[in-house]
Amino acid sequence: MTGSVTRSMTRSMTRSMTERAEVDERPAQSLPASPGAALGARLARGELSAAAAALNLLETDTAEARREAVQLLDAVSVEALGHEPAAHIIGVTGPPGVGKSTLLCALLARWRAAERSVAIIAVDPSSRRSGGALLGDRARILHDPADGGVFIRSMAAGEQLGGVAPATRAAVAALSACFDVVVVETVGVGQSETDVAELADTVAVVVQPGSGDVLQFLKAGIMEIPDVLVVTKADLGALALRAQADLHAALRALGGAGRPVISVCAIPPTQGIEQLAEALEQHRRTLALPARRAAARRAHALADFAAEHGQRGLRALGGRRAGATWLERQPQQASLTQLRRALEERLPHP
Amino acid sequence: MTAPGSWRLPEADRPWLMRTYAGHSDARRSNELYRANLQRGQTGLSVAFDLPTQTGYDPDHELARGEVGKVGVSIAHRGDMATLLDGIPLQSMNTSMTINATAAWLLALYIVTAESQGVEQSQLQGTTQNDILKEYLSRGTYAFPPAPSMRLIADTIAYTVMHVPHWNPINICSYHLQEAGATPAQEIAYALSNAMAVLDTVRQRLGEDAEALMGEVFGRVSFFVNAGVRFIEEHAKLRAMAALWDELGRERYGVHDARQRRFRYGVQVNSLGLTEAQPENNVHRIALEALAVTLGRDARARAIQLPAWNEALGLPRPWDQQWSLRLQQILAFETDLLEYGDIFEGSVVIEGLVSELTQQARAELERVAQLGGAVEAVDYMKASLVQSQRERLRRIESGELTVVGLNRFTEGEPSPLTAGADGGILKVDPEVESQRKVEVEAWRAARDPDAVATALAELARVARTPDENVMPASIAAARAGVTTGEWAQTLRAAFGEYRAPTGVTDFPAEQSSQRLDQLREQVQELSSALGRRLKLLVGKPGLDGHSNGAEQIAVRARDAGFDVVYEGIRLTPAQIASAAAQEGVHVVGLSILSGSHGALIPAVIAALREAGVGELPVVVGGIIPEADLVALREAGVAAVYTPKDWDLNATLADIVRLVAARHGVELAAR
Ligand code: B12
Ligand SMILES: Nc1nc2c(ncn2[C@@H]2O[C@H](COP(=O)(O)OP(=O)(O)OP(=O)(O)O)[C@@H](O)[C@H]2O)c(=O)[nH]1
Ligand SMILES: [Mg+2]
Repeated sequence: MTGSVTRSMTRSMTRSMTERAEVDERPAQSLPASPGAALGARLARGELSAAAAALNLLETDTAEARREAVQLLDAVSVEALGHEPAAHIIGVTGPPGVGKSTLLCALLARWRAAERSVAIIAVDPSSRRSGGALLGDRARILHDPADGGVFIRSMAAGEQLGGVAPATRAAVAALSACFDVVVVETVGVGQSETDVAELADTVAVVVQPGSGDVLQFLKAGIMEIPDVLVVTKADLGALALRAQADLHAALRALGGAGRPVISVCAIPPTQGIEQLAEALEQHRRTLALPARRAAARRAHALADFAAEHGQRGLRALGGRRAGATWLERQPQQASLTQLRRALEERLPHP
Repeated sequence: MTAPGSWRLPEADRPWLMRTYAGHSDARRSNELYRANLQRGQTGLSVAFDLPTQTGYDPDHELARGEVGKVGVSIAHRGDMATLLDGIPLQSMNTSMTINATAAWLLALYIVTAESQGVEQSQLQGTTQNDILKEYLSRGTYAFPPAPSMRLIADTIAYTVMHVPHWNPINICSYHLQEAGATPAQEIAYALSNAMAVLDTVRQRLGEDAEALMGEVFGRVSFFVNAGVRFIEEHAKLRAMAALWDELGRERYGVHDARQRRFRYGVQVNSLGLTEAQPENNVHRIALEALAVTLGRDARARAIQLPAWNEALGLPRPWDQQWSLRLQQILAFETDLLEYGDIFEGSVVIEGLVSELTQQARAELERVAQLGGAVEAVDYMKASLVQSQRERLRRIESGELTVVGLNRFTEGEPSPLTAGADGGILKVDPEVESQRKVEVEAWRAARDPDAVATALAELARVARTPDENVMPASIAAARAGVTTGEWAQTLRAAFGEYRAPTGVTDFPAEQSSQRLDQLREQVQELSSALGRRLKLLVGKPGLDGHSNGAEQIAVRARDAGFDVVYEGIRLTPAQIASAAAQEGVHVVGLSILSGSHGALIPAVIAALREAGVGELPVVVGGIIPEADLVALREAGVAAVYTPKDWDLNATLADIVRLVAARHGVELAAR
């Protein structure tokens, strides 16, 4: 049941996928080695318009596309850029329908007013039965289509139960080279919060008043993850206040009383958006960024490795945990490619 | 013991109000149409406004492109309203206006027009539809977020109860819910939940006066319902609704006067079930549906408007509407329908159906109440409607639900009704839009700018002061010559904008069936060949609110294995193009039913080119007359689907093949 695609067809597809990268190249510059590298170079130069083509490539799962993706990510590595990507990478997670996208709509308006460019990756679950996904977050995030400083991409989680899609980490790595803010929205169903925590600088967990979410968080033992807690739908009055009180109590019990809990209403007339934006920035300012980014790269490398080499590959590392420990011994600024190589070196040679 | 002959009424009942939902182009042409209809024995007016008027944009606004004067009349200011009603005596006319987000404004224009005819507002009779929740759920012509929208409704109710006592300030609509897919129980429950949300808001707004006025308010709330072709169950539905309404009045709102608790309703019979295939059959469906709302005296409609045989083809011509009006007249004046008491009294079947429906409706009412009421439950109700529509289509496709001429008894003679040069539908003069643009500019230039500025400033102030009623400021603005777009923009600035939920949420995918499985394999095969899952953008350009088709295509495509981006209704071509580019989709599917495809589809294609994705294949679905196919193809459309193409799996298989061909992928033969 495989499509009979001829070799030349595959090549022409890759070409059309990255067409715009080539067209945009100035004739004076020497031709880049590959379309992936060209796209990466454009992102590194701050060309926001390369984002869509870059994501098309990063999401494509053919041998050739995977090779190009490596080139792309190398072109936006710390080494290539000369510094950690400057973006503020924010994870926004919480139960279905809680108001995450609407919240992003309100934050987006605030960020754009401050002239910060914003990329949003919204991950939605895929149907297990059909493999397809309904990608609906975009509908809630109103923006001017002529505004080149906004990029929104929906991604299907694929087999990743509601969590982070296979290409999400790569997308974040690519987009953080050129956008001021990169947001990942995921539906919070347990696993995904930890996934998001691995890739973001700051994680905001959104809960809804009166839904018993707070208790669920406590049960799931993920109260450690949020850097900022958001109680949304504050216009629902008393319920929102109660949710906030519950959260404060829960945090005190866990010894995390210092963590900000912010009430917002995300539909007009909005409330609390300014405070939330400030709290997110405050967290970023106090963060040990290089360490957090290094952790994200390590998690990314391990996830990619696991996707490619499966259980057998992980066994060869002595298990996932041992793989992670091995990665921690690599230099902090090591790039994704270097980390992956470090893991692959541990595979038995055929 | 009943006296002999007591089943016969001493005097035959007066017939219901007979209306024709009409209006197109500009005020002058619609006025001519109304006068002609009144001459033919129509007894009330039912005004259809165009989509820019309904959503609060002037004819020269970007979003009005392609929609001006199309599906109704364009009314931009009091001058238009005066032309529309010229020569129609407003002290005696009963005028129903299908207007919602901008209801307060159109009512203000109506009051000001009456004033200029020398008719006082206290004499006016008629209805503003004014039911915003069903706009979020089905109809799509909303403009403001829920809270301020509910306030506008409360304002118009409070105002009319005091000053326009014969006006029906709100018509709670279950009609549109059924058109969006509602089952009878959902139709009852969601409509009554909407009514409760409105009444609760008004009660709060009236404050100390509530006690004294609630009976009056309750009595002014009327309904606009639907009646489908299962006409016995549909009749029972209306009786169930009447009983629940009475109960609600008594128990929740303490209304003592039984007359105030009477369930008063107007009706438009079901149009969703009217087919493009063998369109002449629709006449029979309409007649049977009309029986549902007339047969039983205890639940008979107050006003009726009927669709026409060519409902699924395009807009009805005057002759088509006349044909439907004649049906009402035959029912009222030739048959013996109006001579008897209630013919279902004591019927075991009807009573059984009523209690069954009441029970089901109570369960749904309870669910909505648990979510906090209709305003809070909009997401839930919308998703439930999409789900019911999905089930309806599934039953048609599987043959469980027979639709004569569509999925059964499909062989037949060609219909002579569509053979004429006009294809059997009304064509709106394409010059209307540019004429209207010029006219509205001229109107703005001729006004007293200071008066306009003062009126708008006052409107803005009132809008930001939740305790004040928006009606007096709106009436003053109407007098000053403010336009529809200006009024709405002032409120948008004060209230903010809002997008209703799409209802297309994460339902479980459909179970496998042989045909769906085959499609899934094809999607999988193409996705593997592309290296990325096949991704479809379903787009709704323009002001068109018909979302059923787009929603069902989106859900089925997901069920077939596509990744689907669907952003809901009312997008500009630029928004659609930007989404297509950023999302990296493989194909764009556009859905238009409002007749604006001629202007909007080429605009989307141009925008796609501009966004650098001009190579993407574009397919179109909706109400597209045969005569327009060539122009669409020339504009670059790869395929067009209409209601005739009711087999969604076949349509999607077609799209898979189209994308495969564009990418040079040969799919295995199946
Ligand atoms: C249901 C309905 C409504 C519902 C809509 C509910 C909803 N949320 O969708 C309600 C009651 C709200 C409504 C309101 C109005 N309606 Co209406 N409505 C209809 C009706 C009866 C059926 C449409 C429908 O939903 N069919 C079921 C779906 C599944 O079919 P479909 O959309 O046609 O989709 C199929 C194909 O077309 C195709 N397809 C459609 N989209 C796409 C997209 C893709 C990508 C693909 C591949 C295929 C595809 O595949 C589908 C499966 O077969 C039609 C007449 C008719 N019988 O067709 C009038 C009709 C469309 N309405 C009409 C009008 C005028 C209105 C109003 C504008 C009236 C007014 N003046 O206020 C209002 C306002 C609506 C608005 N905001 O735009 C006119 C349009 C006239 C024209 N084109 O010239 C029609 C044709 C009736 C008429 N003859 O007057 N309406
Ligand atoms: N009253 C109120 N409603 C809100 C608020 N924020 C969001 N909503 C509504 O909540 C519903 C869900 O909002 P979304 O933003 O789509 O929620 P989400 O968490 O992104 O949903 P998923 O991505 O589907 O999990 C929508 O109907 C919103 O209008 C708020 O602050 N107040
Ligand atoms: Mg969301």
